[in-house]
Amino acid sequence: MIANLDDGGGMEHPGLPAGAGAPNYELRPKAGGGDGLDGQVLEVSMGPHHPSTHGVFRMDVVLDGETIVKLKPVFGYLHRNHEKIAENISYLGSIPYTDRLDYFCSLTNNWAYTLAVEKLAGVTVPERAEYLRIICAELTRLLNHACLIGFLVQDMGALGTPLMYAFREREKILDLFEELTGARMMCNYMRFGGCRADAPPGWLERVAKVVDNFPRFLDEYEALFTENEILIARTQGVGILPAELAINAGVTGPMLRASGVNYDIRKVDSYGLYGRFDFRIPLGEHGDVYDRYMIRVLEMRESVKILQQALRDIPSGPVINPKLRLRGLRPPIGEAYARIEAPKGELGFFLISDGSANPYRYRVRPPSLINLTILEDMCIGHKVADAVIILGSVDIVLGEVDR
Amino acid sequence: METLEQIKARIEAAVAGAKLEIIPNPGPANQPSLLVDTAHALAVARFLHDDAALQLDYCSNVTGVDWPEKAITEKIHFKQVVNGVEREFEQVIEKVRPGFLEAVYHLYSMRLKTGPVILRQRTANRTDNVRVASLTPVWRSCEFQEREVYDLFGIIFDGHPDLRRILMWDEFTDHPMRKDYVPPDDYEYEPTPHGPVQEKARRHYPTENKE
Repeated sequence: MIANLDDGGGMEHPGLPAGAGAPNYELRPKAGGGDGLDGQVLEVSMGPHHPSTHGVFRMDVVLDGETIVKLKPVFGYLHRNHEKIAENISYLGSIPYTDRLDYFCSLTNNWAYTLAVEKLAGVTVPERAEYLRIICAELTRLLNHACLIGFLVQDMGALGTPLMYAFREREKILDLFEELTGARMMCNYMRFGGCRADAPPGWLERVAKVVDNFPRFLDEYEALFTENEILIARTQGVGILPAELAINAGVTGPMLRASGVNYDIRKVDSYGLYGRFDFRIPLGEHGDVYDRYMIRVLEMRESVKILQQALRDIPSGPVINPKLRLRGLRPPIGEAYARIEAPKGELGFFLISDGSANPYRYRVRPPSLINLTILEDMCIGHKVADAVIILGSVDIVLGEVDR
Repeated sequence: METLEQIKARIEAAVAGAKLEIIPNPGPANQPSLLVDTAHALAVARFLHDDAALQLDYCSNVTGVDWPEKAITEKIHFKQVVNGVEREFEQVIEKVRPGFLEAVYHLYSMRLKTGPVILRQRTANRTDNVRVASLTPVWRSCEFQEREVYDLFGIIFDGHPDLRRILMWDEFTDHPMRKDYVPPDDYEYEPTPHGPVQEKARRHYPTENKE
């Protein structure tokens, strides 16, 4: 039975163009075509409650046999209108909400939002706070990429064990976050003009210990995967994303660099103090799932380098701009767009101030959602089992996709 | 990178009839933007994308802004001759700025690593003429974001290949990010309601929630 799930439901808008939302494929494209098959396609709803969708995410997949003919992502199961909530509370009050966007990487979300408010209000940040932010962001990148690879190989059938290796390392980093911020995941740590609190005594030494041990974990991790026959067979040549399409579709982060485009906002914008650090941008050649895996491994090694430099150079001093009133901050009338290189891609915040205590417009530019724009292009022609891996390599968190 | 004034002059030379206006940004961020009329928006976008000096190949962020009708006061200075002496007068005029919806695009160049250039389009009003041109034919990255703006603000993008709701469900009728949006009072069922939810439930189901 073929259900036409894609007819747009009950949405009726007088001004919509004719045919909007109608299926753009034929349900029985080649019935009785001479190949001995009846040409029947099958519409399968993958998700929303499926472990491979990494949350509540659904794909309407049209299959011809096992081959994907069409794929439409369906979002919104986790939608709570974060933007509307933020427009009704103060600038400071939004920081804990940003933790819940990409709940794996709360500290980078904090940073992107505080950076936007600092731009909007013209606030400067003390140097020690900038270093602490970089340490937090790069630790976040380590745990995000390590866990993502764990999830990716779990989608390929390596159930549990590799993911637990990644979670073991993640737990070490989360312990550091807990010591610094008071919370493992919902850190709520950064403020406009700096960070909420200085690092406790001995914390930087403990970070250095975790960072110095991390390459050994990576070697062990890579020994499991990089030349693994199953991983190579399942990922090489799968889900190829050409560089031109990646740029046009606004793909950012490791996905973009796996397609060979040298664009890292840490280098392009040099926000924070990234201009002072010596690190390289790994680039892929083929833009397939294997390259996306490899890019993340190499990025982790570069992050370790950044962390070692930051821990070596971090100065002493205040961690927050003392002149700033955090509560009741009223930025001057204007607007600002600020973006950072979050582990998943470009995370941007667009704020409009009308001079009052809460933002007039608050917009999150979610990398996960926009990286899904070309999911269909990458999946068409592959088997349905590959769609799971391609989705896994995009690296989405539904708290950010749906907001 | 060129200033916005230079870009504006070059667009006006290249796209005949395009009406452009620079919207200043008074805040410290100093990101002024370029208002484009909807009839020429697609041509302007193509020019910005293809121009060799700009190469804005990457549309990072698309969003909407709701500007409802607003009463504004304006001070006008004028001179008048009173009793043979010219004197300056000040008059306060109260005006109503008509409401409109706005679509904002943040453009960058990945090749030249420059940006942002900010484009804006405005609708004629907030009720029956809420159309702007879709820029998805130029930048694929607008596809989901314009759907989101349609869903949450109710701006209709002419030329969008697949304009459907994206975050709200298809049967939903309103646009929640508008400033005058009123949430429905039956949005949440709780077996033991309390507080404001109970108040709303009581209003919605007057017979069931009597104490």
